[in-house]
Amino acid sequence: MAVQGFRRSLGGRIVLRCDDIERGILGDLVAQLLEFVTPDDEHLWGDDLDPLARLVSIDPNAERSDDPALARLFPDAYSDDEEAASEFRRFTERSLRETKMAHARTVAHSIDRSGNKIVLGDADAQAWLGTLNDLRLTLGSRLGIDEDNHEDFLALPEDHPTFALYHVYDWLTFLQDTLIRALTGFDAELVADEPGEPDELHHEPTDAR
Amino acid sequence: MGAVSRGTMALVGIAPVELERPETESVTALDRPWVTLVWNDPVNLMSYVTYVFMTYFGYSKDKAQALMSDVHNVGRAAVSTGTREEMERDVTAMHSYGLWATLQKDD
Repeated sequence: MAVQGFRRSLGGRIVLRCDDIERGILGDLVAQLLEFVTPDDEHLWGDDLDPLARLVSIDPNAERSDDPALARLFPDAYSDDEEAASEFRRFTERSLRETKMAHARTVAHSIDRSGNKIVLGDADAQAWLGTLNDLRLTLGSRLGIDEDNHEDFLALPEDHPTFALYHVYDWLTFLQDTLIRALTGFDAELVADEPGEPDELHHEPTDAR
Repeated sequence: MGAVSRGTMALVGIAPVELERPETESVTALDRPWVTLVWNDPVNLMSYVTYVFMTYFGYSKDKAQALMSDVHNVGRAAVSTGTREEMERDVTAMHSYGLWATLQKDD
């Protein structure tokens, strides 16, 4: 996998250099994520639904998924009130899914239009950040990542069924981490120079002061 | 989205009974009894959690890192307080960033 992650170019753009294999893996993962977060009850959003409900993105059928990865991407907003959690979900899950779908489409578009050098403006970089995180949450859930088992995964033999998946997860972690650093100038210990207003972060070169 | 949701529900006729909600329930600016909690999870990067707190809430890096440390070490942190509607907005934003967040009454 790439030894180089995202970095801020001298011209202020966010740049990722990757080879064809890496582009292919990213493209596949993003396509899978897009399918994963797209509601499977698309037909319910046809003519049957109250047009006003559809207009304000109410999904009367939204409920907490039995799939742990989906439950992690779309968690309950109330831990102590099931009824409130259900109501909140009906009113918000649809637009949350649409946000994640839009991010994934932006990332897919970045990959499609790029060669081995992917160049992002700050708005696209935000979509990448969200999609990389969604992918890591999904793979992390599938792998059963917890606070203490990274070493166990790293020790897996190459022919183990989850070896490749863990290394993809690890690579996505590396990509996300380098993207955050490129956006903020954070160094490894998060003790970089005091930033100005949050909005200015995106414009600071990585080596500022 | 609590109040907004209830209003919308009344609008589309799903729960017209909500129209009769007594006025005493309305929350004033001084009354800030709700809190947004962000919970620890084994996947989100510490740098990312810090970044989200700075970007969305506009917190200083010091404050964002302190909250991130609480999430990581204590298991959760109260990252904002306000009305129920404000906290629902914050929780929605946290979910869109992929953070695990809930809201509850601040007892």
